[in-house]
Amino acid sequence: MLAIVGTVPDQDLPIVTGEVSLEDNEICIQDTRVFVNRGTPALLAAAFKTCEFLDKTSPFGYLVGDIGKGDGSRRLYEYLALHFGKDDLRSETGTAFNAIAFHYLQPDVDWHNRVLLAVDEMAQRPVLIADAGFMYAAKMSGQSSKYDLFTPDVGELAFLADEEAPHPFYTRGFILHEENRTPELIARAYEHNNAPRYLLVKGRQDYVADSQEIQATIDSPVEEAMEAMGGTGDTLTGIVAALIAAGIEVKEAAVIAARANRLAGHYSKPTPATQVMDIVEHIPRALEDIL
Amino acid sequence: MSFLNIFKRKDSKASSGRQNSDRGILVFENTSEVIRAESVLDEEGWKIRVMGPPPEIRSGCDLVIEIPLIEELNILRTLEKAGVQPLEMVPVSSPLLQPVNIFQNKDFGKYLMIRAANMKLTIDKETMKIVNVSGGGCPDVPYLAQEMVGKTIAEAPSPREIGHTLCGYALQLAYKEMMRRCSQ
Repeated sequence: MLAIVGTVPDQDLPIVTGEVSLEDNEICIQDTRVFVNRGTPALLAAAFKTCEFLDKTSPFGYLVGDIGKGDGSRRLYEYLALHFGKDDLRSETGTAFNAIAFHYLQPDVDWHNRVLLAVDEMAQRPVLIADAGFMYAAKMSGQSSKYDLFTPDVGELAFLADEEAPHPFYTRGFILHEENRTPELIARAYEHNNAPRYLLVKGRQDYVADSQEIQATIDSPVEEAMEAMGGTGDTLTGIVAALIAAGIEVKEAAVIAARANRLAGHYSKPTPATQVMDIVEHIPRALEDIL
Repeated sequence: MSFLNIFKRKDSKASSGRQNSDRGILVFENTSEVIRAESVLDEEGWKIRVMGPPPEIRSGCDLVIEIPLIEELNILRTLEKAGVQPLEMVPVSSPLLQPVNIFQNKDFGKYLMIRAANMKLTIDKETMKIVNVSGGGCPDVPYLAQEMVGKTIAEAPSPREIGHTLCGYALQLAYKEMMRRCSQ
């Protein structure tokens, strides 16, 4: 079963946990409904669609409200540090998590490390996936290699490749991305131990890599408009996380997810003004084509 | 493609511990400003400490304030409201690093996208409406998108006003660059 950890842009939302469903473009978790726009709700929606297509249990969500002040994130970090490993976090159906995707959380190295310690205490170590703020914290902490998959875009890859930068905002100019330098940046990220077992780099061309080499590239179909759309990276992370939780090996899951996300985008006929739910709706059709 | 001929993995100073990698330093003109800023930030509940400056810092007085780096935008806004502004803000781990100053733009015909660091802002060139905000990983990004998308660049609140983090700050740079281009 897949666990997804993240935030929603609602200052007043307390921590909510539970199995997730998707109704009328809203993520439903317990009595809470969150509109799918971008960020963790988009990841959850894509993961839900993928799990549904694969006839697997819905993802289990850990959500909290945070608009960037970090207060909600820190409450959720504390909750996870207290619960991961202690009670082996099981869903109502009793299925232990075999994959956890960490997403939009305020980067905080100390809390990141405490959560990772709690994960280490889990009876079976799940596949660990990180994106967005939690990926930043993982890199800042120097513990990227403890993860199985990061899903950066090319701008975030430049941050991973810059061993000095504490945040993408401080990525040095000579490293800052040029997309045709992606393989070099991937190599540099691994050189300085700032990359996990696998990288899935999102861009005009998607790359799946490990510390040895580029394992695969995915470059079609191309929809230029997707670069401008908020949430297209989140849907990719949601798809790959759900595939991994379904038992597909990380590298293969990354390739399938990259193809599926591109196809779903293609089917939505996007413009730079398209919103991400239009892509989410096409994920099952895309997976049907590929699997 | 093998990486073996590109780089050999080596131990990195950044990978061995990385103490304080999520902390930043505020540099002030004089110590009375440091004291005022400390008081303001203390009152607001920030986790800060006053300390001596690292050797790389060549400006300001003999004291600096260490702050949570990620929350730079929120902290700078708090200080600005209190009428005390730092000379500069730098990361503790690498005090010589400067904020990103490279912009990439992509013209989609009807739409224009500007990227600063990890943040992208896209507008409809005809209506001047913000049609998308993408990139970034801090929790204020979805919030900023929620508040800005669908409004014209002139109507929308600036990320500097309502953002909180370095991602918000990066979006502010893209926003400023977009404003500059739109006014030309």
